[in-house]
Formats: sequence, structure tokens, C-alpha cells
Amino acid sequence: MSIDTDRTISVTVNGVPRDATVPVRLLLSDALRHEFGLTGTHVGCEHGVCGSCTVLVDGQPTRSCLVLAVQVDGHEVTTVEGLSRSDHQGGQVLHPIQEAFRECHALQCGFCTPGFLTTLAAGLDARDPAVEITEEEVDELVGGNLCRCTGYANIKKACRHAAAAMREEATR
Amino acid sequence: MKPAPFGYADPRTVEEALDVLSSEGEGAKVLAGGQSLLPLLSMRLAAPTTLVDINRVPGLDAIEAGPDGVRVGALVRHARLLASAEAAAVQPLLGRATANVAHPAIRNRGTTVGSIAHADPSGEMTSVLALTDGSVTVATPSGRETVGWADFFVGPLETSVHGPAVVVDAFFPALPERSGTAFAEIARRKGDYAVCGAGVVVTLDADRRVASATAAYISVGLVPEVLDLTDAVGGRPVDSADWAAAGELARGLVEPDGDLHASADYRRLLVATLTARTLATAAAEAAGRTA
Repeated sequence: MSIDTDRTISVTVNGVPRDATVPVRLLLSDALRHEFGLTGTHVGCEHGVCGSCTVLVDGQPTRSCLVLAVQVDGHEVTTVEGLSRSDHQGGQVLHPIQEAFRECHALQCGFCTPGFLTTLAAGLDARDPAVEITEEEVDELVGGNLCRCTGYANIKKACRHAAAAMREEATR
Repeated sequence: MKPAPFGYADPRTVEEALDVLSSEGEGAKVLAGGQSLLPLLSMRLAAPTTLVDINRVPGLDAIEAGPDGVRVGALVRHARLLASAEAAAVQPLLGRATANVAHPAIRNRGTTVGSIAHADPSGEMTSVLALTDGSVTVATPSGRETVGWADFFVGPLETSVHGPAVVVDAFFPALPERSGTAFAEIARRKGDYAVCGAGVVVTLDADRRVASATAAYISVGLVPEVLDLTDAVGGRPVDSADWAAAGELARGLVEPDGDLHASADYRRLLVATLTARTLATAAAEAAGRTA
């Protein structure tokens, strides 16, 4: 059994297969920013408390500062850069939660925003959109991320807003 | 904050993992969910020479719920245990406690068995293992051994397991009949480490009198401990038992430390309050399960 200090990994990042040779101690958060140039993932506390660096690993919200880059070898990672979808006319459409953040003024300095967006996008995508979202659900969805500017009111409002938009879409 | 350099191995079998752990000696550490270990590495509170990542070992991710209890494999994430209706049906404390483990993003990655092996007295599942009188299975080069919770936890972040070993599963015995459970925490923010938490089991006799009441606490004491509170409420009809008296009994039995977040006295007060509250809830559930 080999014990390595460097490894070559293959990761699908935002739908694109990427390879990199990395030190095994490199955190996924740093690999995304420095190896793959995806600086949308913000590094805040670096010990799993603030939620800024949250990305999706195989669709599940995950703290990228609490995973080694070598551990996502063979897996799929989605960052905030990968939340928008193609509009099939050469452009991109934002995820409903991204639209809602813009509409509800759910950010000020924006540092925590990528972590909120990835967490909330996955949380909203995973629920039955036809069911109206409850305050408890919203609290549970935003509860793992810190924001020092907004006081959360507009973030929660954006969450309700996006859920309503997704509900309208689903029941149309 | 970056981890100090280490060597990395990702074995495909438990035996391979044990081989690496044996050859690398004391500096080698098992990596499962990593939600407690990686912060320790990043803050350089720990600097293992080798990480043995067991995430690619097949067969460690099973939840086996049977009439005797629930066996949880070393790679079962908190989120999966929380979502398991089969596990909750056999031992409802599992889901109730897991719902209090950190946040969804941490629960997606962190493992139940890893948090037990980490032996943090502010971890929920260490106390649940104690309260349910559970055990862990420890694989070593000389074979597999079942270790009961009382022999497993030695101190904060310390277990009785030394040398090359992998905790491959944890077993939580089933809830006895005519019993109910409850779990509650006080934290400064939802998902934070609890200032104080309590899990309880109340069992009634066939005449709906309290046969036993036990409790285990989070962030109270250095190792998980089960308090028998039956003296305060035993023999009383379930509808007229004095749960506050049981809370007061618990308050006198615990020996919490004070810290930045709560003084020792405040923690004792929380023990009394949470005990009374959770016992009442558990008793109501036990009554509903007693025909």
C-alpha cells in the first residue's frame, strides 16, 4: 500500500473534467481556488464554522475546507460558478436563489454569499417545490452559514422568495 | 491555517488499513468523515504523520436495523442515520440526537462512528451510545472485538483503544417495550456545540407506573455517564410523577466544569431543567406505547 505526499486527481468540477497533481494535505477549498482558478469559493474560518466555502460534492452541501482535495478524486464538485444553467440560446440563467438574492438585496459585502447560495440551492432543489416552505425549514437551511452584514432577514426573505418562484414553476 | 505535511493512504479493505496503521505506528490516524479531524489538522492541534483514509473501503456504510438494535457502519454519515426510518423505529434516540449534530453540510460528511471514536464529551452520539448501553466493534490485526461503551470512553478525546485499530461499527440496542425517549439541547446558536444537552429513556411497567428513568448528558463531565434517576420517580403513576424532582436529583449528581459559555452552576441548572423537560416528553411517549 503506497503512502503518498502528492497525488494526481481527476475531478468533475461544474460539469468539466479536471486533472491536477496536488499535495495530499491540500484542502479542497484551496484546490478549487488555486489549482482550478475558481475563486467564487470563499475561504473564511477554515475550520468548518462559517460556511463560506460550502460547495456541493456529488450534489450534497459540503464544507470544502473540511475535505482534502485527494478525497474528491473521482467525484463531482459544484461551486457557486456552476449554479447557473444554460438557457439553450448561448446564455446562462441564474438559479432561482441567485435571482432571489439579487431581488431581495440579500447580500452586502458578499463574502459569505457563495456559501449561502450553494447551500440554499441544494436545499431548495432537494425539497418538493409544490409544498410551501415553512419558517422552520428556512431556519434549518440558513442555520449553518454565518453572515456578519445582513442580520439574515433578507437572506431568509430571498429563501422564501426562491421557494415561491420554484413553487410557481412547479405548479404551472 | 493549513495542515502540516503528512502521508496519505486510501486502503480498499480494513485489513489493508490495519497494515498501514501497523507499519506507520503511533503517528498514523484514521480519517473517516473528517469533520472533527480536519479542523484539528488545520489549527495544527494535531499533526499525524500519516492519514489512513477509510472512505474507499467498501462495506462500511451499512445501517442494519434488527429487533435487537441498530448496527451503524463506520462510513454511515449523520445525514443518512437521521433519514433512516428503520433505525428510528428500533431506537428513536438515534434520529432525535442526530438532528442536533451540527448543520446539514457537516452531517452530510461527518460519520456517527467517527464522532464516537473521537470521544468528544460535547458530541451527541457518545452519550447516546452510553444511554442505550451500546458498544463498538474494534478491528485490530489480531481480530475483531466488541467493546462496551463504559470500557471504551476513557477521557475527553481519549478511548481505551491503543495501537493499530479501526472502529468498524457501533451497535445501539433497541428501545425496550413500554419505553419512550427524548433528546434536547441548549446551544448559543442552533447547530453549535451544546452548552448542555440531555437524552433520556423512561420505561413503564404494565400498570403504567415508572419502572425506570435514565439520562445521559452532553457537554457535562469528561466522559459519557448514565444517571439512574429512578429513585425520584420510580413506582409513581406516569401521569403524576414529579419530573422536576428527577431534574433536581440529576442536578446534584452531575459535576460539570465551567467555561467561557457557561458556569458550572448554570450547567447544573440546565441539567435540572432539560432533565425535567425531556423526562416528561419521554414519559408521554412511553405511556402511548403502553396499552
